[in-house]
Amino acid sequence: MSDIWVVAEVRDGAVKRTTLECLGKARELAGAAGGKTGAVLIGPEGLAKTLGAHGAQRVFVADDPRLKNYGAEAYAAIVSGLVAQHKPGAVLAGATSYGKDLLPRVAARTGAGLATDCTDLQWKDGKLVALRPVYAGKARTTVTFTTPIQMATLRPNAVPVPPANPGAAPETVKVPVQVDDNALKTIVKETAKTATGGAIELTEASIICSGGRGMKDPANFKIIHDLAAELGAAVGASRAVVDAGWKPHSFQVGQTGKTVSPNIYIASGISGAIQHLAGMSSSKCIVAINKDPNAPIFKVADYGIVGDLFQIVPALTEEARKLKAKG
Amino acid sequence: MNTVVCIKQVPDTETKVKVHPQRPALDPEGVKWVISPYDELAIEAALRMKEKMGGTVTVVSMGPQRVEETLRTALAMGADSAVHIKEDLDVDAITVARILAKAIQGLPRDLVLVGKQAIDDDSGQVGPALGEFLGVPSVGIATKLEVAADKKSAKVSRQIEGAEENLEIPLPAVLSVQKGLNGIHEPRYPTLPNIMKAKSKPLKAQALKDLGLKPEETAPRTQVAEMALPPPRKAGKLIEYETPQEAAQKLLTLLREEAKLLQI
Ligand SMILES: Cc1cc2nc3c(=O)[nH]c(=O)nc-3n(C[C@H](O)[C@H](O)[C@H](O)COP(=O)(O)OP(=O)(O)OC[C@H]3O[C@@H](n4cnc5c(N)ncnc54)[C@H](O)[C@@H]3O)c2cc1C
Ligand SMILES: Nc1ncnc2c1ncn2[C@@H]1O[C@H](COP(=O)(O)O)[C@@H](O)[C@H]1O
Repeated sequence: MSDIWVVAEVRDGAVKRTTLECLGKARELAGAAGGKTGAVLIGPEGLAKTLGAHGAQRVFVADDPRLKNYGAEAYAAIVSGLVAQHKPGAVLAGATSYGKDLLPRVAARTGAGLATDCTDLQWKDGKLVALRPVYAGKARTTVTFTTPIQMATLRPNAVPVPPANPGAAPETVKVPVQVDDNALKTIVKETAKTATGGAIELTEASIICSGGRGMKDPANFKIIHDLAAELGAAVGASRAVVDAGWKPHSFQVGQTGKTVSPNIYIASGISGAIQHLAGMSSSKCIVAINKDPNAPIFKVADYGIVGDLFQIVPALTEEARKLKAKG
Repeated sequence: MNTVVCIKQVPDTETKVKVHPQRPALDPEGVKWVISPYDELAIEAALRMKEKMGGTVTVVSMGPQRVEETLRTALAMGADSAVHIKEDLDVDAITVARILAKAIQGLPRDLVLVGKQAIDDDSGQVGPALGEFLGVPSVGIATKLEVAADKKSAKVSRQIEGAEENLEIPLPAVLSVQKGLNGIHEPRYPTLPNIMKAKSKPLKAQALKDLGLKPEETAPRTQVAEMALPPPRKAGKLIEYETPQEAAQKLLTLLREEAKLLQI
């Protein structure tokens, strides 16, 4: 009997989608482990209901105005304290900037093993088993644990969000917040939206439209942004684009950029260098638009269009717009 | 400003990964080893701080004999001294952090820099875990660092989804370096005279047993049970078309009706 927990991530007053994905997976694992699902919520108590609706049977709530913003040490102290007290079999979080920062500290503190950026998790023979890509997706590993408490961060979009049960009423447990002054010193002071703020985050997007050197000029990226807006997609770029200063590094997909696995990845004017492919080849469906029929990107593309991106991309935007208008 | 930079030797990004015939690990045959790209940027950041504020840069790496070459490269870039934990251990990143913490403890340090992630295991755990084991603050995915004149605190920004978080932390601390930290996109290359000079810079080799860790502290917390290459992607369909409009229509139909991934 092992309980499976999820550390909830709260941004702008709401629970993030990755948390709901983790809860779906936690429910499945708890079923196999014969345990209960739990969630740790550092944030407003009102959100416990959302977590319950998505499968948390018990929600530990640490609601304290001093913890409104993230702070690695303070948050780690709270989660570690709960883990040490209740000894869940596994603790999950989304592999976002939050989960990636928090869980290693919690694991270090509680003696747990941790597998980060996993694409799937299973429960086998009373233990957690994690599937995770390495070398930016050039290989895949199956990771097992030697520790009684096992932790994992789950890559956004890797698993679906199961239907919610709005009537579910989780047991809520209020957690007294005791954090020392030192830990409070490292609470985030302010969050500043970046130029891309408000847009869909690459690693969380289900569709990505990327442009490469074939875009020729930064201003031409407008046609990629237009297509992305029509499809509800995020915009990405190759390193050539970032090195040329056309887009900031936060747009870069690849081995030294972001590893993404959207449902649809549309690469326009990208040749398909090994470092780029490493970052996006786990996408469910890859579309390549390139005027060179011998571009390596076509070797991995599910659908390829050999042609001039300056004609194809605007046509795609236009046709998508027409489809939407038809409803 | 005394900075310790943890660097990991990894396969070059050009590497075509092959699985070892006997073990669930990379087949090292023919691999070219380099400093992990984010770690190179961390070295660059440390050197720039030293140039501005004085102090020392110490590089630390754990790994087999071949890591010595990587440390010499870092010395040739301008680091003052190096520590080599000469151990070919197959352990998880948190355990690596525990070992590094022991090795770092006695070194002069206002700041410890690590890479955002090592580009082999892509784990990104060492930075925050190192903060924990050293009992100091850690900031992951740092994009800005401004050390106060008294070296007692620093203003730091870190990248999150669609935004940046700003904070002010007491030093010493651990920072994991993102590309673009303080505008740094490229590391410097060692010049020939500096390569010569590096040969006489101090490089201390240590064995794990010299660090005084208990066996249970170096036992792996996770293990790689299997390693495989992803199923090769089938080269798919090339769309035949007369006009861009037709290409677009065909593609959207395929995405909606064949792949069933597009709902518009
Ligand atoms: C250490 C290291 C790390 C790296 N990490 C990354 C990484 O993380 N991500 C990454 O992307 N790269 C990375 N690279 C760089 C990588 O090797 C390639 O140089 C880069 O991906 C090339 O970008 P590109 O495809 O946009 O440009 P190019 O290779 O120049 O390709 C441009 C493509 O556009 C096509 N094209 C041109 N005009 C048109 C048009 N009008 N219509 C249609 N198609 C057109 C061309 O046929 C060509 O195929 C890394 C390299 C190194 C050494
Ligand atoms: N064996 C090692 N020796 C020195 N530093 C390391 C080692 N492994 C990881 N690091 C550091 O920790 C960072 C993150 O590594 P990882 O958590 O493995 O992705 C790397 O970029 C290095 O700075």
